[in-house]
Parts: sequence; structure tokens; C-alpha cells
Amino acid sequence: MIRVFVPRDSGALSVGAETVARAIAAEAAVRNQAITMVRNGSRGLYWLEPLVEVETPAGRVAYGPLTVDAVPALFEAGFLTGNKHALGLGPTEEIPYLKKQERLTFARVGITDPVSVADYEAHAGYRGLRQALTMPGAAIIDTVITSGLRGRGGAAFPTGIKWKTVLGTTEQQRYVVCNADEGDSGTFSDRMIMEGDPFVLIEGMTIAGIAVGATQGYIYLRSEYPHARQVLEEALAAAYRGGYLGGSVLGSGKRFDLEVRVGAGAYICGEETAMLESLEGKRGMVRFKPPLPAIAGLFGKPTIINNVISLASVPIILDRGGEFYRDYGMGRSRGTLPIQLAGNLKRGGLVERAFGVTLRELLYDYGGGSRSGRPLRAVQVGGPLGAYLPESQFDTPIDYEAFAGLFAMLGHGGIVAFDDTVDMARQARFAMEFCAIESCGKCTPCRLGSTRGVEVIDRIVAGRDRNGNVQLVRDLCDTMLNGSLCALGGLTPYPVLSALNHFPEDFGLPAGALAAAGR
Amino acid sequence: MPTDSPPVISDAVARAIEAHRERPGALLPILHQIQDSLGYVPPSSVPGIAEALNLSRAEVHGVISFYHDFRETPAGRHVVKICRAESCQAVGAEQLVEHACRTLGVEFHGTTVDGAITLEPVYCLGNCALSPALQVGDAVYGRMTPKGFDRLAADLRKGR
Repeated sequence: MIRVFVPRDSGALSVGAETVARAIAAEAAVRNQAITMVRNGSRGLYWLEPLVEVETPAGRVAYGPLTVDAVPALFEAGFLTGNKHALGLGPTEEIPYLKKQERLTFARVGITDPVSVADYEAHAGYRGLRQALTMPGAAIIDTVITSGLRGRGGAAFPTGIKWKTVLGTTEQQRYVVCNADEGDSGTFSDRMIMEGDPFVLIEGMTIAGIAVGATQGYIYLRSEYPHARQVLEEALAAAYRGGYLGGSVLGSGKRFDLEVRVGAGAYICGEETAMLESLEGKRGMVRFKPPLPAIAGLFGKPTIINNVISLASVPIILDRGGEFYRDYGMGRSRGTLPIQLAGNLKRGGLVERAFGVTLRELLYDYGGGSRSGRPLRAVQVGGPLGAYLPESQFDTPIDYEAFAGLFAMLGHGGIVAFDDTVDMARQARFAMEFCAIESCGKCTPCRLGSTRGVEVIDRIVAGRDRNGNVQLVRDLCDTMLNGSLCALGGLTPYPVLSALNHFPEDFGLPAGALAAAGR
Repeated sequence: MPTDSPPVISDAVARAIEAHRERPGALLPILHQIQDSLGYVPPSSVPGIAEALNLSRAEVHGVISFYHDFRETPAGRHVVKICRAESCQAVGAEQLVEHACRTLGVEFHGTTVDGAITLEPVYCLGNCALSPALQVGDAVYGRMTPKGFDRLAADLRKGR
């Protein structure tokens, strides 16, 4: 039977994939045409969503962006056999945006049925776990260390070292927690994995559990992602049915249980210790460190905490070996990064590439420049706590150290582009405002500094004692940077100072005067 | 205080407590279930939850008030959450917010006079490649325009 793929990814749904799916099913019924519809994840070519694929003897052929009105004409043109049509995009794998990628973590996203464990296995799924089950925990961890994988949530701490710390503790009860509180604007790779290939996350967490002897895992999912929750729940049920989770993982005699816990709309719960508090049923207040969560984490027990993408990269590392993954990338940034192109770009979407690709290639070769047709003026990389980069820094390679050297950060790999209509003083003000709204309130620099920051920026923009207030905002940023308990207060100065340094004219200051004045 | 009469617990609250009280970290799952069934977390439910989980009322109230999701009063029939984070800002979210506030006659956190729509801000829906985005219940909408918003608001008012 002809297989037709219509994504159930929430991005695709947000532009009408559900009505398109229904229209295709109805049209097929009217024409007595038997089809099997697979609700896959998104390929990540969002400007083409809803992107529908048909499986032909020559491979999968894509059509998009589809509307309900176009469906009858598509049938008429013979799209079920891959025939040409105005919305035809040709063989999916040949679309340049996709063809030029290096998809390791995203190898299956958009290809498989996200909730079919059989489909997952047929596409090299669960090979990493089977391999891990033949190895002692320390050897699994050595493989992850060899791969050079660093935390993809933003902090870029070596994943294997974290695991080693947990393995070295003497406590019997240990936990694996997946941080799926993807709150940074411009990021959606966690969501795409959870909606498009949830088993790769489940497998990665199971490997982590087996490696350190943890029997319970939690996925802390943000409440803004109800579709991801639905897919995860379906996948977890299938994994339990198939013996991939539970009392004896794949017959190994080793237990690993996994459940989804839903957050409640607090950005700060993406900070790992606030997340633990939230999982324990408390206010999401940041904890003092030490102790590290690897020593005393969830319910006071040793806990592995990793981001979705970090954990979802583990199965291929165990399957293909640490060296295979390490051979991608540059410098100390090894492997690939699923980069998310967002904001004012013609072709927003997901681009997984080895580290080393430049911002410029991403913005223009993939992103196609601005959606508005105006020149790009600034990009914010790494979410609301990431720096704004001007055009002169677009040749920076995607590399943790290269970004750190610019007083910027890669974070979770989200890139938000702005055209020349952006008001950077307004963006700086928003950064402070956002920090004030989302601060947990535990430390003073963040709780009070953010509110004072909004006020001082307002004074600068209004032209009141501009030089004095610029100095004040710099001092304030210095206090927040060095005196905050966690990254929320500690990194809010990044967008503020980068806006001030690179775009002083937006604050009513002479252009170019401030870059020299320090950070 | 020992002289307090036992807390009055509605069925929905009792069911939520019963479903989750034995789980580690039960409070958030309980609050979510109450809000899912009632549309808000009534302040009258606090003593019963506190007693079941062996917490103080202040601790339960503290959690409810900490998280943006939990409401202590009922919302309109539909809650429309407009994203006002950076990616959406880059393609006109602020204009969309202004349009929504003006046409609905409300500010953020407000409910239209007919009780149909409550407007809330949200900071990122993970639909950043298709900004501006908004969410109604579980449904996400991408590349939203003022015109599209008017159509959506009209549909919601008709009860669709």
C-alpha cells in the first residue's frame, strides 16, 4: 500500500498539518485509493510545512507547503506515484537544505513513525543500548568521554565526566533526569526530538541508567509542549510493552523505569537545581552549589542531569563508538550540533552540522537571509541570555570556545535573526524585563538588579544623564554577572552589554564610541 | 490548629489527591490535575492538599503562586497565550500583541467582557521557525497575523 507521511510535529500542526492530513484521507477515500498514512516528525524544513511525503519505488518524494485546497489537484496530478506538481519538491533527501546536513542525533527525525518501536529498530534503533548491555558501566562512560560529547543544554560540561561522578558515589539509589524544559527563545530541537523520535531519548536515558546503576528516570517536560508529552507517553507505553523499559531491560535483569513530569511555566526550572526542586514538588528555587547534583541531586541522591539532545546523542555514540562521533567537529567542540534557525529568516528550521560551520553560512546559505527582505542587523545566539552579534561577527564558527571568546555563548544552539528595523535598546530592556519576570527571587543581583536594569535603560533611552546611567548599567551588569547564583541573573548582562557595545546608536550614544569602553 | 474543622474537598480535588499522593514529588501533578479538571486551583483546595501531603498551607500556596501556569481564579472559556519572546519579536509579535489587546479590549491576564477569551503572555512555544506563534489550549498556531488572529478570535467566540 502507498505510504503517505504527514507530520504530527507541533510546528507542522501550527500551520495546518492536521487539516491537510484529514483532507488527504478524505480525498483518498472518495477516489477509492488505499493509502497508509504515517504521522511522522518534521524534517525541520519549517518554511515548507505542512510538508507531505509519498513513498515511491525511487524513494520519498516531497510536496509543500500544502494547503487543504491543493489536495484534490495533487491527487489529480498523481502525487501518490511521485508525479510532478507545482508544490512538488522532488526527492526529499535531495533538497539542498537537508542534503547538506550531517544528521547523527536527528538521523531518524521526520523519517520514522515516532511511536513505532519496530520502525525505530528498523532504522538502527536500540543498537546502542544492546551494545551498552554487554559492557561494564565504566566502559560505557569511557565511550561517552571518548566521544567528547558536552552538555547541549548550554553549559557544555563533558557529559561522560558527569556520569563518572555519579558512578563514583556510594549511594544505592540514583536517578537520571532529562532536562526537557526547553525555554530559550529560538530553540526547538528538544521538542523536535521528543515529537519526532522519542525512542532515541528513551534509549539514551536507559543507557545512562544502565551505566551508573540508576533505576529511575524522569523527563522534566515544559508544560508549553503538550504534543511532545502526548508522543512521549505513547512511546513510553510502547517501550514498556516491548520490554525496553521496566524490571528487566531487554531481558538483562537490569531495571530502568521512566516517566514524564510536566513543569508549570517557569523558565527558571530549566536551571538544573531549580528543576530538581520542582520535581520534588516545590517552588523552583535555585539551590546553592556545592553539592553538585551528581553527588546530591533529586531527593538528595546522586543524579545525572542532561539535556534532551545530550541524551539523544548517546545511542549513536554507543552504537558507532566514541571515535566515530569525536571525528566530527572542531577544537574542543566535538560531534554535531542541531542548530535551530529562527526569527526573521526566510528558511527557518533545523540544521544539524558538525561544529565549525559559520554563522554566516547558517544565516544565508541555509536561512536564505531575512524573511522581510531587509538586511540582517543582529542575531541573538543561545536564547534570551545569549549575546547579540552584529554583522561583523557573522564569520564566527559554531564552536563553544569561539563564542566564549566573543563574550557570547552558543547555549542550546538557537539562532534568532533580526533585520535592520530592530531597536537594540528595546531588546536590552527586554532582556532585563524577562529576567525580572522569571527570576526565582533567591539572590539579590538577579531579583532586584533586573528591575533596576529596566529602569536605568529607560532613563538612558529617555536621554536623562546618559553617560552616568550607561556607567550605572555597566556596574549593575558587573554585579549581576559576578554575584548571581545561577545563569539567569549571571548571563542576562550578555544580551544587555552586547547590545550596548555593538549598537550604541540605538541608545542615543555616538556610534562606535563604546566598544572601546569595555564590556 | 486542632480546632479547625476538616477541610472541605470537592470531588475533583479529592480525585487529584488520591491519584498522586503516593508519588514522590506529588504536588505539581496534583495541582495540574485540579487545574485540568476545574480550570483553576481554588484557594479552598489548599488545606486539603496540605494535609494529604503533610505540608503547610503556606508551602502549597507558595508553589501555586510561584508557577505562571497555575491560576487561582477561573479564566475565560479559552486561554490565548501569545508568545512575546525574541524570535517572535523579530517578526512582529509586539504588533500582534497590541492588535490582540486592542481588539479584545483587554490587557495581558485579562478576560474579555463576554467571558470568551483570557489573554496571557508566554515566553516561547518552541515554534520559533514559524514565528509569531500563539497557543490556545493544546493547539499551536504559527506565522500568526493580525488578520489571522481576528479569524481565530471570532471562531473561539463562536465556541469552536
